Amino acid sequence: MTNEELRSLILELICEIAPEADPASAGDRDDLRETFDLDSMDFANLVAAIHKRTKIDVPEADYNKLYTLENAVAYLSAKAHA
Amino acid sequence: MASQEPPSPLRMTYREACKQALRQALAADPRVFLMGEDIGGYGGCYAVTKGLLEEFGGERIRDTPLSESAFVGAGIGAAMVGMRPIVEIMTVNFSLLALDQILNNAVTIPYMSGGQFAVPLVIRMATGGGRRVAAQHSHSLEGWYAHIPGLRILTPATIEDARFMLIEALKDPNPTIIFEHVMLYNMEGELDPAVASVDISAARVRRAGADVSLVTYGGSLFKTLGAAEQLSKEGIDAEVVDLRVLRPLDARTILASVTKTRRCVIVDEGWRSGSLSAEIGMRIAEEAFFELDAPLRRVCGREVPMPYAAHLEDACLPQAESIVLAARELVRPS
Amino acid sequence: MPALGADMEAGTLVQWCVKLGDRVKSGDVIAVVETQKGAIEVEVFVDGVVSNILVPVGERVPVGTVLARIDGAGEMPAAAEPVAVATRTPTPPRAAPEVRRAKPEAAPQASRQKVTPVARRRAAELHLDLTVLKGSGVEGSIRLADVEAAALIQTPPPTVKKGLDLAEMRKAIAAAMSRSKREIPHYYLSDTVDLHAALAWLEHFNAERPPIERILPAVLFLKAAALALHEQPKLNGFYENGAFVPGDGVHVGWAIALRGGGLIAPAIREADKKPLAELMAAMRDLVERSRRGGLRGSELTSPTVTVTNVGDRGAETVTGVIYPPQVALVGFGRVVVRPWVVEDRIEGRPVVSLSLAADHRVTDGHLGGLYLAAIARLLQEPEKL
Repeated sequence: MTNEELRSLILELICEIAPEADPASAGDRDDLRETFDLDSMDFANLVAAIHKRTKIDVPEADYNKLYTLENAVAYLSAKAHA
Repeated sequence: MASQEPPSPLRMTYREACKQALRQALAADPRVFLMGEDIGGYGGCYAVTKGLLEEFGGERIRDTPLSESAFVGAGIGAAMVGMRPIVEIMTVNFSLLALDQILNNAVTIPYMSGGQFAVPLVIRMATGGGRRVAAQHSHSLEGWYAHIPGLRILTPATIEDARFMLIEALKDPNPTIIFEHVMLYNMEGELDPAVASVDISAARVRRAGADVSLVTYGGSLFKTLGAAEQLSKEGIDAEVVDLRVLRPLDARTILASVTKTRRCVIVDEGWRSGSLSAEIGMRIAEEAFFELDAPLRRVCGREVPMPYAAHLEDACLPQAESIVLAARELVRPS
Repeated sequence: MPALGADMEAGTLVQWCVKLGDRVKSGDVIAVVETQKGAIEVEVFVDGVVSNILVPVGERVPVGTVLARIDGAGEMPAAAEPVAVATRTPTPPRAAPEVRRAKPEAAPQASRQKVTPVARRRAAELHLDLTVLKGSGVEGSIRLADVEAAALIQTPPPTVKKGLDLAEMRKAIAAAMSRSKREIPHYYLSDTVDLHAALAWLEHFNAERPPIERILPAVLFLKAAALALHEQPKLNGFYENGAFVPGDGVHVGWAIALRGGGLIAPAIREADKKPLAELMAAMRDLVERSRRGGLRGSELTSPTVTVTNVGDRGAETVTGVIYPPQVALVGFGRVVVRPWVVEDRIEGRPVVSLSLAADHRVTDGHLGGLYLAAIARLLQEPEKL
């Protein structure tokens, strides 16, 4: 997947969890949890959804690397190509 | 013709409407004349023809002997040779004496003569009960007459119909009987100035409704309308159909009403068995069966000779209460 | 129409999930009802055959209105008493049974049903089975209205608004919370719990599992709060008619904040008995159904206590308002790292502020304090939860 595709995917999965969200409102460096009002259950669901779609297993210790779009894309991209 | 049109006020009694109709007919066509018992000098048993003798003279307002068969026969004869007689039989009770003339002559001569003779005869009769005149004088036999092919049977129940049905009846080449219910003569009402004629073929919905059709005619109309008012207070919306013409029946209006409401109560003052209500009910069953959402019901005269005592007579006639009861049972079965 | 909350007065029937003639058993969902708390699934608690549907889709009726009739065909007459749903509300006259088993009157004599012509025609058009309908017409005949009522369950009118009306929910919350503050003499206690052991265990647990199987700290809080009620059962139940009625189990109402505003606390039943993985799944499922509108009536009426966890983005301490007629509300604040005295040193430790709001008519501070201590203790041995 390209970075663009990863970015879209993350936003798509967030929108499934937060249906009223406007994906365009997230800046690359914004904290996604703040922007989309995601609590720990939402975030856990997001990680599970990412796992299901991309087969990438994000360990708990790395959750903080997913807090912004920029970091999330970088992290997942690296993991995908590892 | 010594007649001056007195100014006709628009508010009048049913009796007055009948008289105005007769005056209009007499004034318009010299072939029209009246025959009947006590219509001239006495002014009519119910005072319908009061003053007409003075106005139109003895040639045109003719008192007859006490013989219904004779003067109805004379009327048939007059009609056959081109006159336009209006024969008054005092009440339907006495018409039985002229039944043979009506059925076997008036109705059949056009047929048996192969159309060589028409019988454009108009017969007016008072009918019905409620005047405490007991067993021999209270019949409602409109249904019997409506059984006879060749007759047109009219039952004006409103001031308007009383005023204008006669004029149309005179235009009909067939023998026509107009029934005036005795309890209607004193009824007062307003004529709509815009109306100058009526038809003599259609029934009319006097009150539109959605829950049940109340089908009736003549003297029962106002009791039925009263019942509909009572029912509306209970939240039951009744439609009231005034038949106006008993033969030929306006099946279309009846069926349209029952198709809409899906329930029907027929109100007929005649004795229940074999009455006109039976004919109407059967027509509905034949042609609107699959629209019905409840059994057909009727409120009729009790099958006894009419009692003399007031409370007993009232109990034998359809009343608003019995109509309400029947309608309510169909809409809200208990 | 069941009472799905202490203050519910009416509900709108938005969907029938059965049709006439369907066989149902206890626990089946029979309809969906719209309330201030959103669309709630209504269950039946009897077995039988649906013989009459009385309320059409889209109609709003008061609590207690009979929605449908279920015939327990072939059962002994002795069993035919109205089955009352265990609605735990303090308004007994209103909390009527959801469905009443019809009296086993003599079945229409086998030969012929009375059906009016137009009713029969309409039923044929709609492919409805007339044999299970009861007629309201003359002589008990099935008439058009009876057939059309049955037909209505098949075609929901387009104007019915499904889903959550947040304004309505806010009104429900306002009513419940006002009542709570009016009637319940609250007392409040709090404690701070060292989560070092719990979170270390959890980290290890989650590291070995794929994302979908990982457990949130909230699950540990829930389990600990549930188990601790065994030691203090007087915090688990209801205050009704001047007395404490213990719950028939530990059914924890889990407070869920809905996106866009609104709060609902459906029950996780037997929370003390469920393993952690099951609790996590239950929590996840409830959150999803709360938002979507697929909660069940029994989930709203059965909580025996409520636990609220503000999560990692909430306040440090939460002191709650008891949801009547319950007698306690347990609160967990945000997990924070604070200086903590361990033996003789000071360390940063993850800790959580744990609070209890309790009904002073039933318990006192001493007992409440023991309860909090029990939770704290349980959280030190997470592997036993």
